[in-house]
Amino acid sequence: MSTTALFLTLIFVLIPLVLSKTLGLQLEKDTIIATIRSTVQLVAVGFVLKFVFDSESYLFIFLMVVLMIGAAVQNARKKGEGIKGITWKLIVTFVLLEVLTQSILLGFKIVPATAQYIISLTGMVIGNSMVLAILFLNRFVAEVEAHRPESELILSLGGTPKQAIHKQLIRSIQASMIPTIESQKTIGLVQLPGMMSGQIIAGADPLEAVQFQILVIFLLLTTAALTSVCLGLLSYPTLFNERMQMLQRQEHSK
Amino acid sequence: MKTVEKVKWMESEQNKFLYKPAIHFHNVSFEVGDTKILDAITGSFPTNQITVLVGPSGAGKTTLLKMCNGLLSPTTGEITVQGQTIHEMSPIDLRRKAGMVLQNSPMIAGSVYDNLALPLRLQGKTLSKEKALDILDQVGLEGEYLERDSQYLSGGQQQKVSIARTLLNQSKILLMDEITSALDPSSLNEVEDLIRKLHEEHAITVIWITHNLEQARRMGQYAWIMVDGKLVDAGEISVLDDSDIPSVHRFLKGDFA
Ligand SMILES: Nc1ncnc2c1ncn2[C@@H]1O[C@H](COP(=O)(O)OP(=O)(O)O)[C@@H](O)[C@H]1O
Ligand SMILES: [Mg+2]
Repeated sequence: MSTTALFLTLIFVLIPLVLSKTLGLQLEKDTIIATIRSTVQLVAVGFVLKFVFDSESYLFIFLMVVLMIGAAVQNARKKGEGIKGITWKLIVTFVLLEVLTQSILLGFKIVPATAQYIISLTGMVIGNSMVLAILFLNRFVAEVEAHRPESELILSLGGTPKQAIHKQLIRSIQASMIPTIESQKTIGLVQLPGMMSGQIIAGADPLEAVQFQILVIFLLLTTAALTSVCLGLLSYPTLFNERMQMLQRQEHSK
Repeated sequence: MKTVEKVKWMESEQNKFLYKPAIHFHNVSFEVGDTKILDAITGSFPTNQITVLVGPSGAGKTTLLKMCNGLLSPTTGEITVQGQTIHEMSPIDLRRKAGMVLQNSPMIAGSVYDNLALPLRLQGKTLSKEKALDILDQVGLEGEYLERDSQYLSGGQQQKVSIARTLLNQSKILLMDEITSALDPSSLNEVEDLIRKLHEEHAITVIWITHNLEQARRMGQYAWIMVDGKLVDAGEISVLDDSDIPSVHRFLKGDFA
């Protein structure tokens, strides 16, 4: 893309600005902030990635992965404020997921062990895992509060904490996984995945791009399942104490 | 008798023989933050008796009941159930021993059978249809209710299913919190008859929270009166009429309502 062409893309920013102004949507400020932030962030990432790819150093790859996980934890933890030690639980979940997926990918030589592959795939896995974690935590916190009387009933009949929370846990895991599964059912029909479009535009053979995309959607299924199950199993015990009593909301967040 | 003497009397060896306590509270307090919700409660619930627990709303009755089956633990003090200290018992055993029914015990999603089967399912067992029909009969519901969706039962029917569900743990102690306050008069009578019958036939110890003093006099053999987190008087049911404690008088006159 030429520099002139790049500047001309600003037309796509002007259209919403004009619409917002004329219709009084009051979204001008946010649109401008979003434009500036996305440009700066992407350019910065571009330079960082170029540096890391050129260096081919495993140390930089590792630091990049740590950075991505750190940012994902930072984003997701706000949704889990009702759960004690949520930061560590998110770190464990993301690290487990990263180690598992990369071991399979690199161990079976499904992709080459280069910075390009490791970082791009990590980005997709951790990014999706973060969204999943937020969906799961939102739903789980709401389910637990909404069904507190049922949980107390099960405890009072001599059930274990796990039995008392089982339904809420399953429902939250399902609810957070469904969007991933549903979007994969229509993939390629309505929308081409961003990464595949990018590869095709960059000149890759569409069939090759499809092969890679298939790898990615399978990877994202594992991501979805593992994230919510892992986070769920780590989170539910903090809702109870050692006498199998269900804690009040303010107690378990302390 | 003064309260202090009465406590001594209740804890005396001779009296333990007469009124073997099913549950005994010794100096039990419960605090949330700086608020004292239960204040130094000492007293017994006699075995095989129906004890009614009365007091103005906010007195701490529900809190106290939840301590009897370990859904809450005292901040200080000690509770014994059938002679055993609660914190040395497994919470699961304790909760099966002392079953609880609340004013609005929830129905789990599913049929009446699913609800009745819950206590056994939690132990990995299944409830036979005969047993389910038998317990329905005991609580005065016809067999056809077994397959009904529990969400569409009337309040009284749900309350009977809750009682039946708790009974399936074969609890020797029943803890009940205002179980008839949402019921019409005829369901109220049926539930009272049911509890009386269960108590007589199975020698069950009952602790019954009620705000209905008429019900307390009808059902109770023994009474606890709580005001402001304190046990202000306790004794034979006649204590409801001849207590000489001023706060009891004020409560009975309805001054707290
Ligand atoms: N978890 C809690 N945190 C703070 N206050 C509580 C809690 N549980 C109960 N209380 C307070 O303790 C008091 C006694 O409550 P409760 O045992 O429900 O009384 P009762 O059943 O006699 O009406 C009330 O003032 C109630 O607001
Ligand atoms: Mg109450």
